[in-house]
Amino acid sequence: MTPATSLVAATAREPGVLEVRDLTVRYHRGIRKPPFTALHEVSLAVGPAETVALVGESGSGKSTLGNAILGLVPAASGTIAFRGEDITCARPRRRRALTADIQAVFQDPYGSLNPVRTVGQTLAEPLLAHERREVRGAERTARVRAALEQVGLSADDAARYPGQFSGGQRQRIAIARALVPSPRLIICDEPLSALDLSVQAQILNLLRDLQGDLGVSYLFITHDLAVVPHIAHRVAVLYRGRVVETGPARQLCSAPRHPYTQALVAAAPMPDPVQQRARRRAYRAYQAADEARAPAAALSDPP
Amino acid sequence: MTAGRGRALPGRALPGRALPGRALRQMASRPLAVASAAWLVLVVVAAAGASSLAPYGPQATDLAHVMSGPTAAHWLGTDRLGRDVLSRLMFGGQVTLLGVAEALVVFAGLGITLGLAAGFAGGWTDRLIARFGDLVLALPGIIVLLMVLAVYPGSELAAMIALGAISCPVLLRVVRGATLAIRGELYITAARLSGLTGPRIVWRHVLPRLAGPVIVQLSLFAATALLAQSALSFLGLSTPEAQGPSWGNMVGEASTVVSQDPWLLVPSGGALALTVMAFGLLGDAVRDVTAGRHLAPPVRVRPVRAPSKPMPGRPKGRAPGTAPAGGSMLSVRGLTIAFGDLVVVRDVGFDLSPGEALGIVGESGCGKSVTVRSLLGLLPGGGRVTAGSALFAGRDLAAASERDFRRVRGSMIGLVSQEPASGLDPSFRIGSQLAEVIRRHAPLSRGQARARAAELLAQVNLPPGTLARYPHELSGGMAQRVSIALALAPGPRLLIADEPTTALDVTVQAEILGLLRDLREQTGMAMILVTHDWGVLADLCDRAIVMYAGQVVEEAAVGDIYASPRHPYTEGLLAANPHRTPAGGVLPAIPGTVPPPSAWPAGCGFRPRCQYATDACAGGPVPMTAAGPGRLVRCIHADTLVARR
Repeated sequence: MTPATSLVAATAREPGVLEVRDLTVRYHRGIRKPPFTALHEVSLAVGPAETVALVGESGSGKSTLGNAILGLVPAASGTIAFRGEDITCARPRRRRALTADIQAVFQDPYGSLNPVRTVGQTLAEPLLAHERREVRGAERTARVRAALEQVGLSADDAARYPGQFSGGQRQRIAIARALVPSPRLIICDEPLSALDLSVQAQILNLLRDLQGDLGVSYLFITHDLAVVPHIAHRVAVLYRGRVVETGPARQLCSAPRHPYTQALVAAAPMPDPVQQRARRRAYRAYQAADEARAPAAALSDPP
Repeated sequence: MTAGRGRALPGRALPGRALPGRALRQMASRPLAVASAAWLVLVVVAAAGASSLAPYGPQATDLAHVMSGPTAAHWLGTDRLGRDVLSRLMFGGQVTLLGVAEALVVFAGLGITLGLAAGFAGGWTDRLIARFGDLVLALPGIIVLLMVLAVYPGSELAAMIALGAISCPVLLRVVRGATLAIRGELYITAARLSGLTGPRIVWRHVLPRLAGPVIVQLSLFAATALLAQSALSFLGLSTPEAQGPSWGNMVGEASTVVSQDPWLLVPSGGALALTVMAFGLLGDAVRDVTAGRHLAPPVRVRPVRAPSKPMPGRPKGRAPGTAPAGGSMLSVRGLTIAFGDLVVVRDVGFDLSPGEALGIVGESGCGKSVTVRSLLGLLPGGGRVTAGSALFAGRDLAAASERDFRRVRGSMIGLVSQEPASGLDPSFRIGSQLAEVIRRHAPLSRGQARARAAELLAQVNLPPGTLARYPHELSGGMAQRVSIALALAPGPRLLIADEPTTALDVTVQAEILGLLRDLREQTGMAMILVTHDWGVLADLCDRAIVMYAGQVVEEAAVGDIYASPRHPYTEGLLAANPHRTPAGGVLPAIPGTVPPPSAWPAGCGFRPRCQYATDACAGGPVPMTAAGPGRLVRCIHADTLVARR
């Protein structure tokens, strides 16, 4: 697990926005069964205005990590620190206050917006929540309108209902909601997966532009290694609850070192028949080698 | 985590969600609902204003006219003491409706608060409240009421509070169930992450969604309470005659003289019956208007019989330069599909040679899936082929009857869909599901069918032990292998794979793509692959058609389409792919989104999003034109694209 420690060390010099150390999360499955360890001593750090991508397949624990940082699932051990403050076991009141600094954008832009509330009502919620008496009436409306314009929508869209927007526009609304309280960190949990290709590119560019303008940090959770070099500075690859490889995004994607990352890269089909033929051969070779190695020690189940 | 891209949630994005105003308008269009509401308003106004509106006092006797029947002086007649029935009904309504209101308040108060608490808090709170509800439901209601009335003799208030309390578990369960469902919604999590407190989330997000089911329960209970109140009063247990009129004791009184004056039973009994009915009908209407108004319309996939009459506008010739359809196994021409009046697929044409793999690529809402599903007679509700032909094995699938489709489906054309588990029945083992399909298409014994099932599983690289498993015991990749085995069982000549790997992890996707490729080599079957993923297309297909806004915009061999796209949409969609842009660069996105079929522009469908668009593009339908050997493109600027490159 040397790469993981180096990832932490790299950001130890500058004040980190988020620092996760040896985080273990267990899901209890009733009295009879032993708890399921979804995350196993995971360490990770996110610096200011930095994007760290968290890559893995379903069941790798990548969303669990996001949820643990958001306080939606409790940690079994380890610490989560936000700007130096330990928030692993934050009290509900502190947790609510933290939502001004840590926001989230989810995968499903259809489910994440209440269909019976207008966009403006939904967007105003983060402002209502923090009992900030100074953010009232006109000021609140102005901030909602500003957030909508920031994500490329019209300020007048505040009066409309989510049902009147397309998937890509809804994802923009979800991003606007995350931006309203001016957070330091946004957990993006597969924000592109439910979107069409042309819209994915729009949202990816939007997230990058916003980072340039606002200096917000992202923890970008994704299953798609192809988008990683375009959005992330650094990557952590999760496999069955463990970080198996970390590194600078471009380097890791072009020259993966861990066999699992290699498999991920080789498995993603290339949008070019010639390159894909080569990649398919590489993947088959990888598989053959993997079977020869079996049981692959590196990919073995955690105990 | 990769589940549900693109078209995962059809129908949810429909504009014009129900607003309160719209709900009211919908109610107004139902005559029964309007009549019920009007009756209830009349009853309430008459009862509330009885002291000023009623022609006589409730106890004023007119001994000259006893049991008179309806007259000009007494519209609804008089009772045996000569008291005006109409006035007594109005005064009696006060007691009766007040009783209903008391019971309703207790019922709603307890039911909603406890149900919300149980559903929203969960855990121990939920278990305690649910058990409490079960316990109360187990009490015999009549006996509890009689006991309460024994302690508080004749007290209507006590009886009605008791009635509300012992009935509240019904509402509690409804509210708890609805709250549990709403609590799991992503927007509740999002609200929590916006920093809203629990009560605020309940107030802003949960309560509005509960209105429909709660109103229905309240209306039903109002009817129950009305009957219960009247029954108790009829029996003289609450509001006895001495305390003044109520609808119940009026019925009771009328029943004693029913042989002398049957009319006397009509006003009081009629008022009761009408009011109970009005509560029920109003509840029904509210349910119909509110139920599911926030949900997606049900997406039913049912086969729609193609129109039996011969279709107009049959085989439209494809554009010049098209290869003749001689050697093709499937030849689609001018295929047009509509849902109601809404055309969603326009003039689609392509050919498929035996053993060829054709990819249909495009974004969601472009008509890819609808096109291939029409070939199997599996258009979603309301969809039908309005023009064109699809010749396959001597049949025209565009005009085929359900009977024809049954012969084609499975045995000649197999289907693998996006959601692997959706094709599997959760209550049967894999083995029996496979054997059923095998025996449906071939006269084999059970034993032979089982052996064939094991063979098929081996063909899709699953261990024979899978036969004894249930679908829920399989991973997504295994389930997709099983659905492929199911599709292969009858030995189809054509396999339609509709986004077969979209819901799968990337390493599993690679396995499934490899499997499909191997199967094609082994069986020599042709394949139509619907996908939005250029990588999947490159991996599996020989030729591709690109669809946009219900039309084919480009057709070419796969190698050509990647090397030199001729349609601006193809070019843009390829460029938006992160693989094809150097790391860190801005991704060239296509502005805007795919318009819904109702908003397709005239002329070229891609015009509003196209960087090459000129006024000429709006001129009229753009034809498919030849653009090199085996290539077709629907763009008047195709040459400009080539020149720019």
